[in-house]
Order: sequence, then structure tokens, then C-alpha cells
Amino acid sequence: MSSRAGLAWGFVLLLGILHYDFWWWGDRTLVFGFVPIGLAFHALISVLAAGAWAWMIRVGWPSHLEEWAEDGAEGDPR
Amino acid sequence: MIAAAATTSLAPLYVLAGYLGLLLALGALSGRSFRGTSKDYFVATRSIGPFMLLMSVFGTTMTAFALVGSTGKAYDLGIGVYGLMASTSGIVHSLVFFLIGIRLWAIGKRYDFITQIQFFRSRFESSALGYILFPILVGLVVPYLLIGILGAGSVVRGVTVGMFPDVFSGQPHPVLEGKMLFVGAVPPWLTGLVVCGVVLFYVFQGGVRSAAWANTFQTLVFMVMGVLAFFLIARELGGVEAAAQKVLENSPQHLAREGMIGHWQFLSYAFVPLSVGMFPHLFQHWLTARSAKTFRLTTVAHPVFIMIVWVPCILIGIWAAGIGVEAPGGNSNAVLAAMVGSVLKQPLITGLLTAGILAAIMSSLDSQFVCLGTMFSNDIVLHLAGKDRFDDRQKLLLGRGFIVFIVAVTYVLSLFPPPNIFDLGVWCFSGFASLFPLVFAAVYWRRATKAGAIASVLAAAGTWSYFFYHGLIARPESGPGAEGEYLVFGLMPVALIFAASAAAMVLVSLVTPPPTEEHVERFFPPQA
Repeated sequence: MSSRAGLAWGFVLLLGILHYDFWWWGDRTLVFGFVPIGLAFHALISVLAAGAWAWMIRVGWPSHLEEWAEDGAEGDPR
Repeated sequence: MIAAAATTSLAPLYVLAGYLGLLLALGALSGRSFRGTSKDYFVATRSIGPFMLLMSVFGTTMTAFALVGSTGKAYDLGIGVYGLMASTSGIVHSLVFFLIGIRLWAIGKRYDFITQIQFFRSRFESSALGYILFPILVGLVVPYLLIGILGAGSVVRGVTVGMFPDVFSGQPHPVLEGKMLFVGAVPPWLTGLVVCGVVLFYVFQGGVRSAAWANTFQTLVFMVMGVLAFFLIARELGGVEAAAQKVLENSPQHLAREGMIGHWQFLSYAFVPLSVGMFPHLFQHWLTARSAKTFRLTTVAHPVFIMIVWVPCILIGIWAAGIGVEAPGGNSNAVLAAMVGSVLKQPLITGLLTAGILAAIMSSLDSQFVCLGTMFSNDIVLHLAGKDRFDDRQKLLLGRGFIVFIVAVTYVLSLFPPPNIFDLGVWCFSGFASLFPLVFAAVYWRRATKAGAIASVLAAAGTWSYFFYHGLIARPESGPGAEGEYLVFGLMPVALIFAASAAAMVLVSLVTPPPTEEHVERFFPPQA
């Protein structure tokens, strides 16, 4: 795994940890006057997740799997 | 208090009829591209591109659970529902696409697998594993279909109250003696019949291709209508800020998780989205996609698409609590319909938005219908009788016959509905998630054995059945033990079922002879 792919995996892990946002648990603040902060934060996580996967595809795409798959079938192993 | 929908204009029904007619026409059109072979019917000859794949995967994953269920659950539990399922799914679904999906695509491409049972039978050299898995997978797909049929029935009933008082007398109120609910509304049994009929028609026209075309169209419809519903409802409530203020004043607990959702409950929900790793229709997409690159768009766009659908639904759910909408008969499944019908009071708009909700529901049914037919034909009939026993026409007939059988069973079950669509969905997804150790071990653990795989499936099925019985079937509808979500030691049951399945896989594999290196090697691509 390249160091850039490692960073991308680290970011995904960070999002997984941030998902448990216990610090907003009882907070009823409204962001922009209408979105509860707990909901706004999780919507942000959704957007960041899309970014994380776009980054992962760029730096950690498993090209070797594609080559192996296209490399000519050996026949059904059944 | 605002009562449930009370429109008597027939305009919403005309809009719905027009929408269903459009779908029938689309089905007939896509049927023209059908090449008449069973392979084209079941896998569209591996011709689905990235955009249609995204629409198909997203449309199938977002069912009544996402629209009707999430709105109702947010009405009950507040904004935390988004964190329970939506943001977790944004991370976990794409993780599974990336770690499992691409590997399965490579294996499917190399060895020409179509169904997940073909793959597991081959990987673990066990025909018996297929026979054990088949009824379990079908048994878990049935509640998935059931969610859709129940959701459609619930929504159409909610928006048609008062339309046909001379034909449909409604149903008795569960608490108030002598009072009737949903007087004059189209009953769920009729909606279920129509929805199943329309989906069966277009699926029979062209199989996977028709399902993908219809999915693309319907996913666009329900996303646009969902956003439209959000803005129109907000406008009727005096704007988004005024709607939020109502919640702050009347039901502030809905704006946070304190007192609504437990910490361990929240954390253990993270197991539920692992279900995508074992959904039969998704597995089939992985095995048969034209190229691994077709999954790139799905992997990236999926989290944002989930957000676009779920955030409005969650907000509509908490606004309903804030303005005092009464869930008809205490059934929170009807909250979305109540908001669309009673708040908007514009029959044409109500019809359009209801069509959007039906679009989300039907786009989940079609792919599952085709997938069930494919599994039955390939994994049971052809496996038993041999590949050359039937000609193409007979294979198609077998697949279609099984689809009709399953739809009939599901339809009959829909006549005895459980109280909450969201909870039924969670049980269904929990079952698939509990089988995740099987697929993970199959592609990442060389030491996994046939006995370990069978033990893992049986452990998942046994523990799931136990908790399902105690958590849903035998649970009292009211009184002590009926309040809140069914938890075990404060955890969602899926965490314990998953642990049992994973432990069985590891322990039994370690005490049974390993598979031959030569066989295993075929399923493990060389390292990068």
C-alpha cells in the first residue's frame, strides 16, 4: 500500500471515529436557524465520506485485481 | 393537533394512475431491447454502465425504509435516526463496495459466476452450503419486499382519505371504540395488488435491463420529489426556521439524542449497514458488472445520495412532531402521508409527491424480483437438473414462475402488517449483516473451511431467529416491554448475531481440515 493510500485509509478511519459524536448528544443548537447541530454534523460526515472514497479511488484503486480478472479465465473452479 | 390527510379531490389518484401508466410504457419500451435469452434476462449480458448501476444500486437500497420508515422513526426518536443509519451507511456501504465488491467482480469475471450461491458453493466446495443459504436469503428478501408493499399501502391510504366513503368504510380505531380511521381511503390490500402487478409487468418485459431502466427513471423521480416535498412542506409551515422553532417549543427532545437513543444502541447500529455485503441483488451486480470501474461512481456518490434523501425525511419527521401531527392509529408509518396530505392541501402536488414515494418503493421491488428468479433458476433448478436440461424459454419460465410465487407469498403476508416499517427493515438488514463474516472470510481468509462456512450461516440463522421471535413476534404491542427499540444488554441484536456468526466461522474453520492450497489459490489474486 502506498503512503498516499495509507493516508486515505486513515481519513476513512477518522470519519468512522467522528461518527460517534457524543459531544453533541444533548445539544439542541440550530445551525443556520433550522438544522439541529447533531444532524448537520452527520450530514457533513456524509459529504466527507464521498470525498474520502473519491480520494481512495484516486490513490488506492486495486488495478492488480482488474488485471487478474481480465487475464483470461482459467475455467470455473467448481 | 392536525389530523391525518383529508382531501377528497381525486386528482392525486389521477396523477398516480398516470405515473403507473408511464412505468408500464417504459417497461414495454425496454422489453424491445430484450434479446430473448435467459442470460440477457438475468444479467443484461453484462451491459449496465456506471450511471445506471448507481441508480439501480441506490434505488434498490432506498426503499420505503428510507422514506416512509425514516420519517416515522424521526417522528418517534428525533434527529439521531440519521446517525443510526444514513451517515453510517455512507461510510460502511462504500467501504464494502471497495473492499468486497471489487474482489467479487474480479472473481465473477474470471470464472463467470452470476449468483452469490454459485460463488459460495465454488469457494467452499460445498453444494450443501447452497441449499442452506438459498432459503435463508429468500427468507430475508421477503421482508425487504414486504417493507415496500406495506409502505406503498400506508402512503396511498394516507393521501386518499375521504375519496371513496361509499366504497371503503375504513378501519376501527385501535383505542377509541366506535371511531373509524381512514374512511373512504384506498385500502393497502388494493395498493399492494396494483404495485405488485405493475412491477411484475415491467420486470417480465426485459428482466435486469427493464429493472435498471425503471430504477434509473424512478430514482430520479423520487429524489426530485423528495426535495420538492421538503421545500413545499417547509413553505406551508412558514419556512424552515419557523418549522424548527415549532420543534424547539413543543418537542425539543427531537432535536438531539439525549433521552431518545442510547450510546450503545447508537454504536451497535453500525453493524446494520454491513448488510450490503450480502444483499443478493447487489452481489449479483458485483459478479456481473461490465468492469470494476463501473462501481467507482456508485462508491463516491452513494453517501451524498443517501444524504439528499434522508436529511429532508428526518426534518419532515421532527417537524411533524413539532406541529403536533397525530400519527393515525398511533402508526408512525403514516406520518409522511399525513404531512403530504394535511399540510400541503394541494391535490396535484400531493399526487406528484405520492408518485415520488411509490417510485422509491417500486425501484426496490424490481431488482429483488429479478434476482430471486435468477437464484431459483441457477442455484436450485439448474444445479439439480443440470445446465442443459432446459432450453432458454423454459429457464425464463422457471425464473418468472418463482417470482410470481414469492410475490404472492409476500402479498399475503402484507395483509397482516407489523406495526413499524423501520423496525422490520432493521430486522431484515440485521439478517443480511449477520452473514457478512461469510463473504469477508471467503475473500480474505484462506484458512476458512466448508464446515466453518456452514457453521457461520447456521449460527447467524439460529441467533437471528431467536431474537426475531422475542424482539418482534412475541413482543407485547403495549404495556411493559413494548416501549422503545428491542435491545439485548443495551445493544442492537445484530451485534450479538454478528459475533455468533463470526465466532462460528473462526472456531469451526480452525478445528477442521483446511481446503487445498491449489483450490484456495484460485480465489486469491496476487498481491499488488
